[in-house]
Formats: sequence, C-alpha cells, structure tokens
Amino acid sequence: MTVATLSRRKFLIGTAATAGGLSLGFHVPFAAQAEGSSAVLPEINAWVLIRPDDTVVIRIARSEMGQGTLTGLAQLVAEELECDWSKVTTEYPTPGDSLRRNRIWGSFSTGGSRGIRESHQYVREGGAAARQMLISAAADLWEVPADECSAANSVITHASSGRTVTYGAVASLAAQMPMPTNIALKAPREWKIAGKPLPRLDTRDKLIGKQIYGVDLTLPGMLNASIRACPVFGGKVASFDATAVSGMPGVRKVVQVDDTAVAVVADTWWQAHSALNALPIVWDEGPNTNVTSETIAEMLREGLDAEDAVVGTAIGNARAALDGDARVVTATYSFPYQAHATMEPMNATARYTTDKCEVWVPTQNGEMSLAAAAEASGLQIEQCEVYKLHLGGGFGRRGNYQEYVRQAVKLAKEFPGTPVKLIWSREEDMLHGAYHPVTQCRFRAALDAGGNVTAFHMRISGQSILWPLRAEVRETGRDPVVFQGLSDGGTEGAFGYTIPNLLIDHAMRNPPVPPGFWRGVNLNQNALYVECFIDELAHEAGIDPLEFRRKLLGDHSKHLAVLEAVAERVGWEKPAGDGIHRGLAQIMGFGSYVAAAAEVSVTDGQLKIHRIVAATDPGHIVNPAQAERQVEGSFVYGLSACLYGECTINGGRVEQENFDTYEVMRMDQMPAVETILMPSGNFWGGVGEPTIAVAGPAVLNAVFAATGKRIRQLPVKNNSLGA
Amino acid sequence: MARLTINGETRDIEVDPETPLLWVLREQAGLTGTKFGCGIAQCGACTVHIDGVATRSCALPVSAVEPGQQIVTIEGLSEDGSHPVQQAWLALDVPQCGYCQAGMIMAAAALINSTPSPSDDDISAEITNICRCGTYNRVRAAIKLAAETASASQKG
Ligand code: FES
Ligand code: FES
Repeated sequence: MTVATLSRRKFLIGTAATAGGLSLGFHVPFAAQAEGSSAVLPEINAWVLIRPDDTVVIRIARSEMGQGTLTGLAQLVAEELECDWSKVTTEYPTPGDSLRRNRIWGSFSTGGSRGIRESHQYVREGGAAARQMLISAAADLWEVPADECSAANSVITHASSGRTVTYGAVASLAAQMPMPTNIALKAPREWKIAGKPLPRLDTRDKLIGKQIYGVDLTLPGMLNASIRACPVFGGKVASFDATAVSGMPGVRKVVQVDDTAVAVVADTWWQAHSALNALPIVWDEGPNTNVTSETIAEMLREGLDAEDAVVGTAIGNARAALDGDARVVTATYSFPYQAHATMEPMNATARYTTDKCEVWVPTQNGEMSLAAAAEASGLQIEQCEVYKLHLGGGFGRRGNYQEYVRQAVKLAKEFPGTPVKLIWSREEDMLHGAYHPVTQCRFRAALDAGGNVTAFHMRISGQSILWPLRAEVRETGRDPVVFQGLSDGGTEGAFGYTIPNLLIDHAMRNPPVPPGFWRGVNLNQNALYVECFIDELAHEAGIDPLEFRRKLLGDHSKHLAVLEAVAERVGWEKPAGDGIHRGLAQIMGFGSYVAAAAEVSVTDGQLKIHRIVAATDPGHIVNPAQAERQVEGSFVYGLSACLYGECTINGGRVEQENFDTYEVMRMDQMPAVETILMPSGNFWGGVGEPTIAVAGPAVLNAVFAATGKRIRQLPVKNNSLGA
Repeated sequence: MARLTINGETRDIEVDPETPLLWVLREQAGLTGTKFGCGIAQCGACTVHIDGVATRSCALPVSAVEPGQQIVTIEGLSEDGSHPVQQAWLALDVPQCGYCQAGMIMAAAALINSTPSPSDDDISAEITNICRCGTYNRVRAAIKLAAETASASQKG
C-alpha cells in the first residue's frame, strides 16, 4: 500500500490544451536529490485553466478540510498569475490523473500543517509560468516583444500602443507557447492577493446547505451501507445470523467484510443501520480482552524507568549531573488516548466493475485512497480512480488510515456496477479510531543555588504512531515523530531552552490500540509536559515564570519573541483582575514559533477560562484571516483535549461511543481569543497545528497560579480543583 | 406513509414511521443540507425548525411530526441565502469545514426569532451545537450581528 513506487520523472513540464482553454501542468523533481541532480526547483503541482470567459480555474491537489488551504493556495497561484481574483474558482485534480501524468501535481497529502509550507514554491511557479505564457501569446498576436507587455488583473497591456487583451481571449494561444525556463517570483512584500485577509472561496455553499460532503453524495441507483467491526481491538467475527434481518425493509445483503466486520447494505442508510442494529453477531474477541487503561498505564510506567531507551536529544551528561549533589526536582505526567471525532463520520462511496473501481471520498490523501481502492478491488491501480470531496473535518483521521475506502470497495464488489455508499455511525467512528497515542513522561531536573537549570532529563514512555506504518521503526524502536518540538536545532521543532546537560529519550511501548496522527500530533503532549514542568522549575527556583523562561531562551530569539508578545499583550507585569490568574507557554513545532497566555479563575473547584492571548510566527502568512481562524480553532481542539479528551479502555475496547460520554468543548466554555500574527519572514512554517500545543499548558499553569495544584494526569476533568 | 410539510411544500413520503426525521429529510426528501453527526441529539448538526423551534431531527421519529407542522431546513431558511443569519455568517466568513454550520445557523435563526437581542449568556445557553473546527467565537459574533441587522430592518 504505497504510492512511492509510482514513477516520478526527473523533470517534466507538460502543457496540454483543453477545449478552447489553457491548462498548464508542471513537475519539477521531487526526486532531484535522489538522482544527484543539482536542480533545486521543487516539484510543481499547480494547474491553471482559463476559460474564454476569463474564468480562472486553479487546481489544488491538497484537500480542504476547513483549514482554508484551498483559498490560500489559490491566492499564491493568483498572485503570480496576476489574474482577477473575483474570477477565480478551484477544483481538485484526481489522483488517477496524477498517476497517468507522472504525479504532475506532486503530493496530495494534507497533514502536518504542510499544505502551504511545502507547496508554496511550486504553486507560485505554476502561476508565474502561466502569466508569462499568456503575455507571450498576446505579444505574438500583436507582433511586439513580450517584454514590452505587462499583465494585471487578467488583462495584458502593450504600453506603447495602448492595446489590451483579456486572459480568456488569448488562453488557447497561450497553451501553445513554450514553457518558460526562467521563472522569477515576486518577493512577499510585493504581494497584492497573497498575504491579504481575503474571504474564503468556499463559504457560500456552506451557508445554504449546498456544499456536498462525502455523506451527502447521491449517485443513480446507489445503495447504502452501515458497518460494525469487532469492538475489541484484534477481535474478529465469529458468526452472524443474516436471516434474522434479511426480510427487513430495504435490506439487500448482509456482508462480512474481512475477518473483522459485518455490514448491511440496503436501499437507504437508515434501513441498513436499523438492520445492523437488529443483526445478531457473535464476536471472537481475540487476545486483548484483558486490556484496560490501567494495564496500559502499568506498561508505560515500566518504560519510565527502563534502561533501554532511544535517545532523541543529548547534550552534555545529564545523568551524571543529576547524580551529583544538585537539588533535583522530579515530576511524572500522563496523556490519554483521544479520538479525532470529526463532525462528519468516516465514509466512502465505491462503484466496482471487473475492469474499473471508482471511489468518492473525503480524504486527506487522495493517493492513499487510490492505493486502498486498488488493494481492496484487486484491480491494477491504473484501473482505479478517486474523486475527492470536501471534508467535514480531518484532523489527521482521513490521511494514512483508509479502511473505510477498503470496506466500501469490498461492499461495492458485491454489487458490480452499483455504487454503494458506506457511512460509519458515530459509535463506529469512536470505537475504531486512529487514536492520539498514549504516553507518560518523567522529568528529573537539577537546579543550582542561583535557580539555573544545570541538568534536565525528559523520559517519554509510550506509543509510536509510526510503528504500525514503517518497518524501519519496528526494527530500530526509533520513531522520530515522538520527539516533535524537542529537537536539538533544525527548522521543524527546535527545543528552545538552553541547558548544559540535556537528555530527552523515549522508551517505546505499544499497547494494542491503534495510534494515529491527530491534529498537533506529539507536539501536543510534549509541549504540555515541558511547559508545565518548566513552570514547576520556575516555582521551585522562586523565579517568575516569564523571567525564568527568558533566561533559558536567550539563544532562541524567535521562541522568546512570541512569548514576550503574549506576555506583553496579556499584561503579565501588571496585576490581573480579581480572582483571575495567568499562565504562559511556548513551543516551536511544524516549523512555526507559538506562545499562549491564559487567564483563568477557579471558583468552588470550577475552572473558567476567560481569555487567551496567542502569538504565532510562521515566517510568512498567506491569508491572515484564515490564520487567525486556525489559531482560534486550535484552542477549541487543544482545550477540548486538555479539559475532557479521553478514550478509556476496558475489555480491550474503547468505552466512549458518542458525544454523551466523549465530551468536547462547546460555546459556553469558549474563552475570548486574541491572536497576534507576527510573521518574521524568510521561512515557511505551518499554522493549522502548532498553536494547539500551547493551549493546554498555558491554562494548566494558570490553574496552578489559581489553586497551587499541578495537574499532571490529563485530562483535567479527572482532577479535583476544589480546596 | 408520512405526510410532512417541508420548506412550505406538503409531501407524502413512503417510510417506516420510526425513521428519524433527519434520515427522511436526507434520504427520502433529498435535502442533504441537514447533517448527521451523532444520532443521539448531542451535537446539533441535524437541527431544523419545527414550527419555528430549533429541533434535533436525528432523535425524532417522523411519526411524531404532525402533517400541519412546518418543517424548515437550511435549504428553506431563505430563498437565496438572504436570511439575516446567513448574511451575518457570510459577512464574518464563519465556516471552517462547514459541516456543523447548517445546524449552527438553524439554531441561531431560532434563537434570534425568540430572543431578538440575545445576551452572551443567552447564546451560551441556547447554542449547544458542537463544532470541532472551533468556530464558536465567530458564531457568537455573527449571532450578534444578525440580531442587530434583523432588528434594524424591522424598525426600518
Ligand atoms: S446528529 Fe442530531 S444532534 Fe447530532
Ligand atoms: S466548521 Fe467544522 S465542525 Fe464546525
């Protein structure tokens, strides 16, 4: 199930004229390094199509799941294209077309806050090249040199003669033009469309019920399915009695899917689901029925002291320094399993014939969906196609894990030629997640008489997201993703504190609960652990938490700058209001620097979060309005996780099946959020995820200021905040 | 068989009377703007108006709806997205993924209908829909904006 085997041509630039319009495709090598080429251009995945009526269609390979990437990427293309923004629309290319055209659009993967930061270069080049070709076409038409012509707002002008022509009028001619070899990009300070807080392109349909999500898709003759897999991880279907439900209204077939699941296919989803609820199923629950949250916690506790651990970051000799006569502070934290709980449940629609398999699916990675379709259908990948739909939330759940696609295809195989739409119930979604992994963390740190941290050992024990996905991780026990935000330097997530003896290591422990990438991934708990413990050290040293961090962040000016910004805005040096207490946190992750300050009160054990100030430095910002929304949304996701998020395990299965027991933050708990965007230029960081990580620790440090209580076992709801 | 008045149109629909209204709207009436999120009246994605009252349609058997009762879905809230709540949502560009937004808009429209100038506490108490993308603060601001424009147009 890999797409890496698809051929990647070293350097391909393709142009194709389509019915009366211009379409440009570019591909510059992803594989350049591997092939020893000195070419530094990244692969290009943008596709510009201009209709005779001047409509500009910008093709976007990444997926829109609410984060605004569709609008942001279109802004980048449009900026270089010099087109009329009011005429821009977007569409998704298909993964099958990408395959046929040598992965011309590059990666479809949408996760890790990479949508913009990893494609800004090639989508801008796509826009710039298209502009140059349109200008060349007009110049040819007028028989003047191209460099006497300029383009703005979808109009090309020849200055000296005063002639003008619109993009639409020369589009088909432009499609015949040679691809420019010399593509110059604007400096961000020259941007007119990018960098501006433009409204999203996809809002209107969402206000009138017209946006079609995967669950809404209707195809002629389509059947509907509901599915149930063994709720115990590792369990299987023993038997089921299809005759008990085969006479129920609308039921077409009861189908076992693989070893693990049973589905009912019916005319409507409600009929399918009702029959599934009535279907007697006997499970073979397998080897994990004795697994509970407590047995998992015990397994991880053992890892906290284990001799054997993989070192992430090591500077000096922390163990020796801690064994000396310094004053040692210790603390142990833990972070539970959490479900993504996207508002749109998992779903996919498939149509299978003996020589073709088509899938319609909300997916964060169309190429993964395509590979899953090929695998499940048994057809060649070239015989399969995936049509992407907007996602009703993704948060990492719809990327690497495509089991709903495989299931839908297997159901469709039972009805050749007839589309089958599979929708998971919320219960299925909660019981079969790709859960935020479980970890524990033990700190030991040494403080000298002056309150300096002389040694710091952070031991993480727990689950690896990459372990099920990558053979080399299973062989070595080393999962680099575990150390997000804790790296010794680098551009992705450098640890900001300078400590002479520093050791960060990981004892991998993998319980039988499937882990997954979950918005913010391991940065979430790493930031929570580190930032709460730094607060503990500041308290032990008797130093103000801001001052304490300033001393340690001296070598990392960008980490410090976002922290100073939130401290200043929240009024750290001034007294807070009556009963209000403050906390701070900072981290670097997904290539960006983020910090938060929280103001909370705790009255009769009840926590209220009044105000959050958040600062982010992602280098460049393509749409400040969308960046602000991502930061605000981060607090809903991050604080939901911190306050409530927990899947407990009992009998080898998740106990929470729906939103009645899996609580999430709602309107009444939402604090005011003030966002400070402070892009410092010269690098491209992500926006969708990093801020989640500082939400929890800022609030927990404020809770300590309010109550003197350290919350070390998450979520907060399991702790008493009362006197 | 159920006789329902949906967005002003009375229809006879062949369906098991126990079927939740949500699924009748989505699968028999073809109105997929109303969303499925939980099925147990927890998330509000399925909110519609029944005689003007915001109602979670996923846990309401269709047999409980009288033929004369007016069911309004997101598709019927206005002809063209011109309802003050939709306009306020557009002005503040509220949706992220958008999946929860039809339910949010229907809940908000019912709120400003019954409480023309809702306070922050009214909004917190009445809008209990779940949004996982985190649009809450913009939803709150848009409700206030919609309430202002609705009352201004009534006065005018
Ligand atoms: S789907 Fe009805 S409240 Fe969630
Ligand atoms: S906008 Fe995505 S769930 Fe609310």
